[in-house]
Amino acid sequence: METQVQNNMDANPDLTAQTTEKSLSPFQLAMRRFLKNKLAIAGLIILTIFVIVAVFADVIATHNPTESNMLKVEAKGDAENWLGTDSSGRDNFSRLVHGSRISLTIGFFAMLCTVVVGTLLGSIAGYYGGRVDGAIMRFTDIMLILPFLLLVLTLIAIIEKITITIFIVIIALTSWPNLTRIIRATFLSLREKEYILGARSIGASDIRIIFKHFLPNAIGPIIVNATLMMANMIIIESALSFIGFGIPQPTPTWGNMITEATSLRILENNWEAWLPPGLAILLTVLAINFIGDGLRDAFDPKSNH
Amino acid sequence: MHKYITRRILQFIPMLFVITIIVFGLAKAAPGDPLTGERLDPRIDPAVYEERREALGLNDPIHIQYWNWLSSVATGDFGTSLQYTGRPVLELITARIWNTLYLSLFALGVTLAIAIPIGIYSATKKYSLFDYGATTFAFLGLATPNFFAGLLAIYVFSFLFGWFPAQGTSTTIGLTGFELFIDKLRHLVLPGFTLGLASTAAYMRYMRTEILEVKGSDFIRTAHAKGLSSQSVLYKHTLRNALIPIITLLGLEFGTLLSGAVITERVFNYPGLGTLFIGAISNRDYPVIMAINLILGVSILVGNLLADIFYAIVDPRIRYD
Repeated sequence: METQVQNNMDANPDLTAQTTEKSLSPFQLAMRRFLKNKLAIAGLIILTIFVIVAVFADVIATHNPTESNMLKVEAKGDAENWLGTDSSGRDNFSRLVHGSRISLTIGFFAMLCTVVVGTLLGSIAGYYGGRVDGAIMRFTDIMLILPFLLLVLTLIAIIEKITITIFIVIIALTSWPNLTRIIRATFLSLREKEYILGARSIGASDIRIIFKHFLPNAIGPIIVNATLMMANMIIIESALSFIGFGIPQPTPTWGNMITEATSLRILENNWEAWLPPGLAILLTVLAINFIGDGLRDAFDPKSNH
Repeated sequence: MHKYITRRILQFIPMLFVITIIVFGLAKAAPGDPLTGERLDPRIDPAVYEERREALGLNDPIHIQYWNWLSSVATGDFGTSLQYTGRPVLELITARIWNTLYLSLFALGVTLAIAIPIGIYSATKKYSLFDYGATTFAFLGLATPNFFAGLLAIYVFSFLFGWFPAQGTSTTIGLTGFELFIDKLRHLVLPGFTLGLASTAAYMRYMRTEILEVKGSDFIRTAHAKGLSSQSVLYKHTLRNALIPIITLLGLEFGTLLSGAVITERVFNYPGLGTLFIGAISNRDYPVIMAINLILGVSILVGNLLADIFYAIVDPRIRYD
């Protein structure tokens, strides 16, 4: 079927040229609108810088981020340790650089896992409707009622040993409900469209309809929510690491670097220890939110918020 | 109206049971039970140990255990804490729950007092310098993690300026009456604003969006056309309609505030449920963990129920659903 269309197009080069020039796909149109959004581009640039720092952390860092120098603890910044050292004598600058790697990785993968779970459940609920939908949505309601942070902490207390993978799974298992609701609502509105009826009447399988017709049309809300969710994941990781239940020391993350500031002495005297990682989180989250808002405006130009 | 409220309350009851089942399930999933320490103790005779298990009902089938637990919880008996040996969980919680309530209410007050007027003003002066300023604040407020905002607040307002105390709920011992109230209030300022920051930013945006949305509707044009003053259109017609969705959001806000309080209380060493919860997590004090989960879960459920009922009272359209 597709090769046939391809052959027809090849047979008529004029037509091919015309279609590529005039009619962009909705996705391409959205990207074009996105690129005109100055704030979103600023966000993209900031995020790219952080990603580059994360990728080349080994080259940029001046010290081993987990190595302690017990002769030099809580030091102020100098020529050797640009941002001083923490209470275990580790170099703050190197920890900040390596922290970007852990924080961004966790933010990205926690988002990815949540999107997979959320999209899957939302698709099933929205596509099949009826009892399946009812069951999934009741479950979603219950998950939304349990206080998120308390649930995560309780799971962490039960599991006891936390690694990066377990941490990501816990976050993904507790934060899918909002996305599920959005995907389900999108699917429900698509269900009544004629082209879905068309696909059904020519005998397309459920899987094919979901992946070929529903998901591409729901890609806008998925991408927008995934982006904003990644910002949220970075905040959650940092908050949990800050109170000491996230990624355990000595692995550096921006959140567990700020834990240093729970000592009022360090908070008052060593701003080098806690201000830079805090600003790094703030900037990253701000950049991702700008990108997310830019994507929302691009995919849904009618929305005013 | 009554039918709607009755139906909503009937939906509330099964949810309540589901929450208790989840909390009980989590408690059972946790490693160890109240007698784990004694099983490992070589001085205790295994027969005595078995007897005590039997007496505590730990050998009963799971649904009997659930029922026994539920009936004691219903009478306020949450068992005894493992971390503060032998102290009833209820006693630990009642000693701290008021501090958390004061903190959450203060934060909620801050949110409403700041977000609603600024949101209204931003919407009426759309794209003005003020509107851009408010938008910038909202973006920053939403991107700043709660704990980082708290640390900045302590650094600036406590260390640099010395205006407010950095920790705890009171400094001077022996204050009474009005002085005690002022002292407590001064301790609430920094954690209260910190906890309210993100929601202030969010509600400012909601309020602005809602007002702009309502302003575009036909009945507002009619109100203008029949010659009402713009003040009257804004306060009597636009604002009343724009506030309706905000009410539902406030019902959900309750849960966000209580969760946020966990982190905020940690930053300010504020003796509330949050610090109790974190302490319990560190020490695997499961009876305390479960009690707090249950109490907050039920509070959120009640918050949502009240928001829905209130919504039905102020917006007649919802009742015909």
